[in-house]
Amino acid sequence: MNKISLIGWTEFKRLFNSPLAWSILAILQFILALMFLLLLDGFIAGIQTEGVGKELSLGVTDVIASRIYLWAGVIMLIVIPILTMRSFAEERMNNTLPLLISSPLSFTQLVLGKYLSLLLLIVLVVIMVSLMPLSLALGTSLDYGRIASSALGLFLLLSSFTAVGLYISSLTSQPIIAAVSTFGVLLLLVVFYISGTSSTSASELFIYLSHISHFFSFTDGVLNSSDIIYYLLFSLLFLVLTIRRLDNQRLGA
Amino acid sequence: MSQTLLIQAHHLHRYYGKHHAVDDVSINLFKGEVLGLLGPNGAGKSTTMKMLTGNIAPSSGSISIANINLLENAVAAKQQLGYLPETPPLYKDMRVNEFLSYCARLHDIPKAKVKHAVDKVLQQCGLEAMQQRLIANLSKGYQQRVGIAQAIIHEPEVIILDEPTVGLDPLQIQEIRKLISQLAQAHSVILSTHILQEVEAVCDRVHIMSAGKTVFVDTMEKLKNYRDDSLPVDASLEHIFTSLVNQGASHE
Repeated sequence: MNKISLIGWTEFKRLFNSPLAWSILAILQFILALMFLLLLDGFIAGIQTEGVGKELSLGVTDVIASRIYLWAGVIMLIVIPILTMRSFAEERMNNTLPLLISSPLSFTQLVLGKYLSLLLLIVLVVIMVSLMPLSLALGTSLDYGRIASSALGLFLLLSSFTAVGLYISSLTSQPIIAAVSTFGVLLLLVVFYISGTSSTSASELFIYLSHISHFFSFTDGVLNSSDIIYYLLFSLLFLVLTIRRLDNQRLGA
Repeated sequence: MSQTLLIQAHHLHRYYGKHHAVDDVSINLFKGEVLGLLGPNGAGKSTTMKMLTGNIAPSSGSISIANINLLENAVAAKQQLGYLPETPPLYKDMRVNEFLSYCARLHDIPKAKVKHAVDKVLQQCGLEAMQQRLIANLSKGYQQRVGIAQAIIHEPEVIILDEPTVGLDPLQIQEIRKLISQLAQAHSVILSTHILQEVEAVCDRVHIMSAGKTVFVDTMEKLKNYRDDSLPVDASLEHIFTSLVNQGASHE
């Protein structure tokens, strides 16, 4: 447990030694801020033209907050592969992996440590994203329950992206290949969702398999235990695969 | 003289696909000695060292470090090991002291003693003036020293150095050799090299490999006096080495 947090914390700090984490956080925040502004503008214009004197059917949380979280999920679909490619592929390219492998720690500790470092960054991302809808509290009342469930959903979604990324990163010694393949797999799961919901080839199975479909209930403010379990199992599966993979590589398979 | 065996590796084999990279190599390392693993490039030295440090598993054979089986009880066995691979495994975006503290923690040095361990190893490797520098900004020689520092920071019983002097200038080579001799006083060292003079300078015993096989294991004295039919009585060390390596290669 000690080693996991040691690796996790050190790797997390190392992310900020290079401009990588800084620029990712800055760009993410910039794009989301623009989206936020657009949504807010649209909402205010909507009230002024249609909503006057009527009972509002949609609140500010429905219109703005859930969409911000959705967009954050979409942008991180591209960002996470860039973060996870460093975990094993880049270490292998720089010949630094022997440091960890010759240290007295198990592959499980190694993989969980790497995973933890990225989870810490994800927590940071979720907090920064959440600040935007929360800032609306200055001017109006918010549905905090829904914001909390969206934030939890985003965290689970991103941690599932990360688990896939870690596994693919463990397969190769080329960071770019790791990043591109991870992006491909994550996008494929989104395509599953699109094909599952299309009018001609709708399939419940495809919708169920897709990670993004389980995210929507969170942004709708519904905490469904089966969705939570889906993400936990999804992440667990890829973490176990990563550990197996590193162990097999030692055997030269 | 009763000597403790720190590494016992028996009948190691390693295949890369169909390529038989290491063919029935056995290594014994006694406490307090420096063993030189000598051989031309591609002889299987690095592969052997990777197996001894648990970075790759042997296709067959057994390894124990200080009587702990490396294949069954890897974590405990690795505690006794310090390893410098061919390319020093350095996170170049970290500072020297920061990196060494991390290595110390990875090797179970309690938090309170990390500072002491880092200071000690900085002094041992002559890195005090460099401790605040980013590793990326250090010269190759200093990076190599940081590599050695991470291998010895937890004062392991066994230190395994893979070609520690490659790519350094003659002065740096001298310094690294001096450092290795100092280390040998308190630790056992295996170092690999393809340079005969290096073995002559620092090693007590030599293990010569060629084409994945062991061709000679004994003390330096015995190597100097080694003679067979093809060697003249006044053969130089160089000559003996070449002859041994060629024998190994011709068995292929």
